[in-house]
Formats: sequence, structure tokens, C-alpha cells
Amino acid sequence: MVENQRWLDILAHAVLICGVALVAFPVYVAFIASTHEPSAFATGTIPLLPGDNIATSYTGVMAGGISSQMSVPISLMLFNSMVMALLIAVGKIVISIVSAFAIVYFRFPFRVLAFWLIFITLMLPVEVRILPTYEVIADLGMLNSYTGLTVPLMASATATFLFRQVFLTIPDEMMEAARIDGAGPMKFFRDILLPMSQTNIAALFVILFIYGWNQYLWPILVTTDDSFYTIVAGIKRMADVVDSEPNWNYIMAVTVLAMLPPVAVVILMQRLFVKGLVDSEK
Amino acid sequence: MQTKRTIFGNKGLPYLLLAPQLAITAVFFLWPAGQAVYQSFLREDAFGLSTTFVGMRNYEALFNSSEYLNSLQVTVVFSIATVIASLGIALLLALAVDRMIRSAAPYTTLLVWPYAVAPAVAGILWWFIFNPAIGILPYALEMTLGYDWNHNLNGNDAMILVVVASVWKQISYNFLFFVAGLQSIPASLREAAAIDGAGPVKRFWTITLPLLSPTTFFLLVVNVVYTLFDTFAVIHATTSGGPAQATNTLVYKVFDDGFIGLNLGSSAAQSVVLMCLVMLLTFVQFRYVERRVTY
Repeated sequence: MVENQRWLDILAHAVLICGVALVAFPVYVAFIASTHEPSAFATGTIPLLPGDNIATSYTGVMAGGISSQMSVPISLMLFNSMVMALLIAVGKIVISIVSAFAIVYFRFPFRVLAFWLIFITLMLPVEVRILPTYEVIADLGMLNSYTGLTVPLMASATATFLFRQVFLTIPDEMMEAARIDGAGPMKFFRDILLPMSQTNIAALFVILFIYGWNQYLWPILVTTDDSFYTIVAGIKRMADVVDSEPNWNYIMAVTVLAMLPPVAVVILMQRLFVKGLVDSEK
Repeated sequence: MQTKRTIFGNKGLPYLLLAPQLAITAVFFLWPAGQAVYQSFLREDAFGLSTTFVGMRNYEALFNSSEYLNSLQVTVVFSIATVIASLGIALLLALAVDRMIRSAAPYTTLLVWPYAVAPAVAGILWWFIFNPAIGILPYALEMTLGYDWNHNLNGNDAMILVVVASVWKQISYNFLFFVAGLQSIPASLREAAAIDGAGPVKRFWTITLPLLSPTTFFLLVVNVVYTLFDTFAVIHATTSGGPAQATNTLVYKVFDDGFIGLNLGSSAAQSVVLMCLVMLLTFVQFRYVERRVTY
């Protein structure tokens, strides 16, 4: 703060309160909607004060079978999302950290080529190669499986670059000392590099967990069997009802459940989250 | 390329370490991308029985099709609106937080969490609020302005819906980077300007904004990529490109033509156009963001 001006402070607080309200408004509306009975939406507008149907809404969607489009229990979808997010985060970290190790600590023919091949993945998001990638997955028989959901998303240039950056800042003396003491590459990797990059791994894990949890296009392409549906990809199907009014309280309960885990991660691990975000965008 | 002063001498090990990443890259990235390029030169008959090589004709057809040009226009309008609104709101909030001393941390926590909300979920939230029959905002619009909101029929309403949802989701990301950018501006510069009699508004335009330009430029590129690709989920979950193509962006059209319409050649050609666009953006990002915009 450069100068003490009362009106500027008040203005700044006003702006921030509006911002917080704007950000929270849709989630508030969704949560309130999830606490009402289906009949509350039949006439007029969305209620803005809580109802008393909260327990029924949430236990109802968790168990499933409310109506045809909500037959899959949400607990199963939450489980699928959790599996997908964890596998993607762990897989990406493992794959990236070993390739960064290879690129930084070894010199071998085609090293630069390997680096560029990894770099190219930055330029090929799923969205631009939807159909051919789908064909590959179908040919490999990976549709409707956790392998199909996760493995194709595990190559990541960003994570590899991040670990390369981290390794380059680790002093050369560490490795020299390790070699003098007779440590081989894998021992050096396990006992020195991994502990030294702990914080980076944790920060990246937070970002990648959110990334994996929030995947939408990929699960839609790869899964047709509802027992493999993830929650984020599943909501849309529930909201699409052809013949009757949607069950808004159930849909909004699912929406709230779909955002709860990643939002909790961001709020509880804010420091790691910010670090991961800034690191991975450098 | 940078390496260490000393290295390990193993011959086979580095290949083994790189193998998983390169295998995934080759099978799920390079091969499909190559297929897209290859298919973009082919045309399949209506029954999928034979394919013929048609050279550049898929591309010609694309750029002569009014639907594709419309989609291009939709994408430009959508991107510009989303980028400007999300950057503007985020900058305003970041400037306000930058003034705070004790309350900066709680405000930041309350503002950053939408980053974790999936774009599809953001779409569903606003789609509910804007629901023409029971939504709260259409009701308010009807009462105050007498405006009859219906994004299922009106293209402009649909566009506003997807822009609002996309902006809402992106504010927290931009906010975090603007706050970091503001913190890296030396306080002495603003203090010196204040002593010279520059008021808060003048200081913003002559000191803060120019010194923030590296952050702004970086965010500009990231946000354009966001509006081009990540917002697929917002559109798919809310308007599905409609009504009457009003929100059919380039990425949504690739999906729609290829996956729903099964027009392989055209979808592949569109994929290739998008790949060129991403390459251009990545190039800009690495070439100019690395060097940093200077003042």
C-alpha cells in the first residue's frame, strides 16, 4: 500500500466482496437447489433459501436408481473419478520424473530427439486429434477400461520440463559425491533426487489430481458402459432428460459432489496448489 | 542442450527410463496426429467402403463452407469476449487484494477455488441459473428489463451463457498470476510516483500496467488456448453448439463433424487446422514469453 486513502480501502473491500459473491453465487444456488424436494422446481423460480430435503437428495444420488437416467449410483462414479485422477497424477509423475532423469543425467545418442518428441505433445491436446485417437484406443481394445481412461493421458511435456528444471538446479556436487561413494544411477535417483524434489512432486500432484478429476472429453469418448463413467462426464447425461422435467435437486446434488473433492484439495493445500500452478506454467 | 558436468555412463539405462513416456507419446500422440494429417487428404464414400485421395479438396471445401466460416467467427467472438472479461475482472480483484495487508490471504482463498471446478461443471452451474423456465437470472431480467431470456432459441443468449460460464471458471487462475505479477513490482516505483503527486488512477496507467505487461502477455496466450480448447466441455455440457450453430466453436465442430456426423475427411482437416493453430500459439508462447515483454 503506497498511501493511506480511506475511500480506496473501502472501494477495494467493496470490489473484493463483489468478487467473492460473484464466485460463490452459482455454487450457493446449486447447493440450495440440492436441499429441496423435486416439486419445489415445478413452478416459479429456483428457491434461494435452504429446504429440508438435503439428506434424501444426497443419499438418493449416492445409492442411484432414482429414475432411468440416474440409475448409476454416484458413489460408483465418484470411485471411478478418484481412480482416474489418482492414476493419472501418479502415472504422469512417475513417467515424467524418470524421463527427466534420463535427459538430465545421461548423455546418449538421440537425446535431443527424445526431448523434442516429448515437447511435441504440448502441441497436440486431445481436442485436436479426437477421432484418430479414439480409433487407436478402439483398436487396442481399451474402450471401457481404466487403462483406456488413464494411460493415454499420462504423457506430459509440462511435468517432464518441470522435473528437468528441478534437476538442473540440484548442485552437480551431489551427484559427484554420490558417485565417489559408489552409488549407481538408480540408487542416486532413489536416495538423493527423489527426496530433494519432494515438494515439487507434491505441488505437481495437486495440480495433476485436479486435471485428472476434471477430464470431460476423454471419458466421454472412451466410456460407453456406465459402470466406467466418471462423475464430471456423467452429470451431462443426467441433465439430459427427454420426456420429463429434470430432477433438479438430484442433478445439483451430483454437481456439488463433483466439485467437492478438487475444491477441497485446493482449499486445504493452497500453498502447494499455488506453487504447482506457478511451477508448471513456467 | 543443458546437462550436468558429470554424468552416468550407462548405455542402455537412459533408453529404458525414457521408454514409457516415448511409447505413450508415439502411440497416443504422434500416430493419431499423423493419421489426422493423412485422413485429411482422403475422402470416404457414404458407406465407408472405399476411400479416395482427394489432395487439398477437404481443405478447400472447409474454407468455402459457410458453416466453417461461421464457426471461425463464433470462436473469435467467444475468445475475445472471454479473454477480455476474465482478464479485466481478475486484474480488478488483484489490484484490490494488492492493497490489503491482513485480509489478503482470506480473500485470496475465497477467490481461487473455482480453479478446481471442472469446466463442464461450471457450465452446468450457469446453465441451471440461466434456465429459461425456472432460472433466477432470466426471472430477474424479465422483471427488471422485460427481457425474455431463452438460450435454447436465441443465439446471443446462448453465447452470453457460455462466455459467462467460461469467464467465471477462469477468473481465479488469472487472479493468482496477476497477484504474483503485482507483488513483483517494486514498491519504490509507486511510492516515488505518489511523492511526485500522481494519484492512484494515474499510477495505475503509467506505472502498474506497463510493469505488469509480461504477466498480461503470458496470461493472454494461456487464456486464448483455454478459450480454444478447454471450453469444449462448457459448450458440450450446456448449449451443444446450438442454437443454429451460434456457439459451435472450432473445437466443438471437430467433435461434432467427426464423432456425431462421421465426416472423417472434413473432421481430420479441421484437426490439422487446429494443430497448426496450437503450434503457432506454442511458438509465440516460447519465443516471446521466454524473452519477456520489456518496457
